Amino acid sequence: MRRGPLGALAAALALTVMATACTGAGEVADSGEVDLDVSTGVTDDSIVLGSHQPLTGPAAPGYLAVSQGARAVFDYVNAQGGIHGRQIDYRVEDDAYDPAQTIDVTRQLVIEDEIFAMVGGLGTPTHGGVIDYLNEEGVPDIFPSSGALAWNNTDEHPLTYGWQTDYTKEAKIQGQYISENFSGQNVGYLYQNDDVGEDSQAGLDQYLTDEVVAREHYESEVSDLSAQVAEFERTDAEVVVCSCIPAFVALAMLEAASIGYEPQWVISSIGGDTATLQGLLAQFTQDTEAEDVPADAFLDGAVITSYMPRVEDQEDEWAQFFLEVYGEYGEGETVTNTHVFGMTQAVMVAQVLKSAGEDLTRQSLVDALESQEWQGPGLLPFSSSGGDHGGHEGVYVVQYQAGGTFEMVQEPRVTDREGGDIEETDFERLSPEALDFHD
Amino acid sequence: MSSPTGESAERATGPATGPSPDTSRRGRWRALPSPLRHLLLAALGLAAVTALLFVTGDLTALRLAAVGYTMLAIAGLQLLVGGSGQVSLGHGAFMMIGAYTMTLLVLHQPMLPIAANLLIIVAVSAVAGIAVGAATARLHGPYLAGATLILAVGLPGLTHRYHELLGGSNGLNIRTAGAPPFLQGVFTNSEWKALVVWTTVVIGLAVLATISSGRLGRRMRSLRDDETAAAMAGVPVGRTKVVAFVIASAAGGLGGGLQAYVLGTATPSSFTLVLSLTLLAALVFGGIGSLWGALWAAITVVYLQIWATDLARSLELSRNVENNLPVVFFGIVLILVLRFWPLGVHGALTRLGSRLRPSQTR
Repeated sequence: MRRGPLGALAAALALTVMATACTGAGEVADSGEVDLDVSTGVTDDSIVLGSHQPLTGPAAPGYLAVSQGARAVFDYVNAQGGIHGRQIDYRVEDDAYDPAQTIDVTRQLVIEDEIFAMVGGLGTPTHGGVIDYLNEEGVPDIFPSSGALAWNNTDEHPLTYGWQTDYTKEAKIQGQYISENFSGQNVGYLYQNDDVGEDSQAGLDQYLTDEVVAREHYESEVSDLSAQVAEFERTDAEVVVCSCIPAFVALAMLEAASIGYEPQWVISSIGGDTATLQGLLAQFTQDTEAEDVPADAFLDGAVITSYMPRVEDQEDEWAQFFLEVYGEYGEGETVTNTHVFGMTQAVMVAQVLKSAGEDLTRQSLVDALESQEWQGPGLLPFSSSGGDHGGHEGVYVVQYQAGGTFEMVQEPRVTDREGGDIEETDFERLSPEALDFHD
Repeated sequence: MSSPTGESAERATGPATGPSPDTSRRGRWRALPSPLRHLLLAALGLAAVTALLFVTGDLTALRLAAVGYTMLAIAGLQLLVGGSGQVSLGHGAFMMIGAYTMTLLVLHQPMLPIAANLLIIVAVSAVAGIAVGAATARLHGPYLAGATLILAVGLPGLTHRYHELLGGSNGLNIRTAGAPPFLQGVFTNSEWKALVVWTTVVIGLAVLATISSGRLGRRMRSLRDDETAAAMAGVPVGRTKVVAFVIASAAGGLGGGLQAYVLGTATPSSFTLVLSLTLLAALVFGGIGSLWGALWAAITVVYLQIWATDLARSLELSRNVENNLPVVFFGIVLILVLRFWPLGVHGALTRLGSRLRPSQTR
């Protein structure tokens, strides 16, 4: 055996291993300061905004509408002349809800597309994988589409600005509403077995203690909730709080109806889009005995919390405005509240871009976010300054009535995500004509 | 050998003829011991990758790293499926074991250097390989495939069962150290990580190639071709099958561990059944008969999505088509390859190569 080359190779290998052994694998050095006085992605006539969304794969049907809605609003803004003469170039990349792909497309957006800011990155596990990278590269990370508490962490991620009311705030208000309006009744929790469930329970438990008779969770891959609903019926839960996405709300309602169990449903904003729910209920009841039962019958009386305009509300000017804009600039026909989610986000992004001024740098955008006075289209006060990047600060409560109408049973209230009180608020919104979000 | 036929053959070729020393370049290359040959090739490959990293940016560094760890995982699968004839539909599960081992080690023992982490991952994956191999050693063909399918479908469920430790659906996020201080100016963090990945990959490939061209590889191929004949020739069938699984699981685990190191995240949604099937399909496409097939397969897995999306964008197709084109494209290409070049891309290239060199008779 030749000693020479083998020995040399062995020595090289040893050196390599030693070089990597200097630092532990997990010991990360502090990164330097980032320079925000740059206008990456901004030219005289365009602003490049990026987003990662699940456009294909199992999560796509529920969330495709978000980017469709946002795109419609940006097209509307561009048609009005843009923002300070610049057209918005909205680039959405598909990550199929796979965090590994999110990392790749985010790098592509930052390095190749040279986006000015990341807007509405969707999903907790997906966006959680890129939040460090975006902050390190100095890319403003505006309004992630998720209610996780992780987006409001200004010490570690100062460039991330939350948008959705986080799960704990929403759950606190739900808990208080139940304890006041359904006092004495048994309560069951149905929740998704990840941070949605954990954070929601943290909020609900601040107001509900002995009333809770059952806590059932589901994994996002299951297609059957019969065990969970059976448990609610067995423990005689008269109110069921559902911190779930629409597919599981529909499954739970159908399962309950099939065993003759009729609790009072209290549904979070992530699952409360009645337009989507009706579609899902119709789809799930196809080829079953309940085929002829209208979806409305299942939804009648459901209590839903939200913070956005509702597309079914005939008197909400923003909702009607969104219907018009989508009719002219959007793809497809039905407008659901998921479209409204994307459209509300887009209006607020356009608004803060306008406030950042003609001399548009990332620093001016951050300054605008920190000093912006928010007045809609959401119905709740919004926080993006002073160390609190929590976004919407609370929810309002509505009750659905068969036939497609709503009754607002509790006005918007705000709270924090710890043990603070829930307070009423008299928040005034500006109308679509008055709000300054395009030229 | 002192068989009668051997002696008479020698006498028939005449006296004074021993094997003449082959002093051609090819002959001298072949004379080197197999581990050395493969390590030299590995060093060459690493040098090529380093040169490539210097001329390209951060995004390509990430993708090169992806090609690297995918190639290592698929190479292990090639040894198992193409080498020993055991069809495994659960290779993604081994990658998942490696990925979660890496993230757990970095989260709970951040002071361990990366080399130590990789060694631990090899050990953990090997144990998993022994378990799976021992359980499936008596199975073959579709039954084996079904058993490994269980692994692919069932393992992600562990993250929900052990929610606290493994992070559930949201998975685990880690931050890994970049280049060491004295190399900070030379390499960016992404380039450093790609280099770490490729160093491990080339060493792993050298090991796999040495095994494949050695006695163990011969035994595995004999199992693939005819199990009964191999048993009669003295090949320990069960043990060799398990060893094949161990090698594949170690390679897969390393691939997954490197993925977690580069991406900084491990979630169950990255390791679904689709991953296992994609690895196998890509291997068939790349060439199931040779370790080089793993290279083409890895490039396909990483770049097909990107190129197909770019193609759809430049053709200005509707968004729906653009989103779904990569999958359809891959399916069509795979069907064509299976029909016309069953040995995959590498098989086609080898045939092309041998046709271009007709003068060399062997």
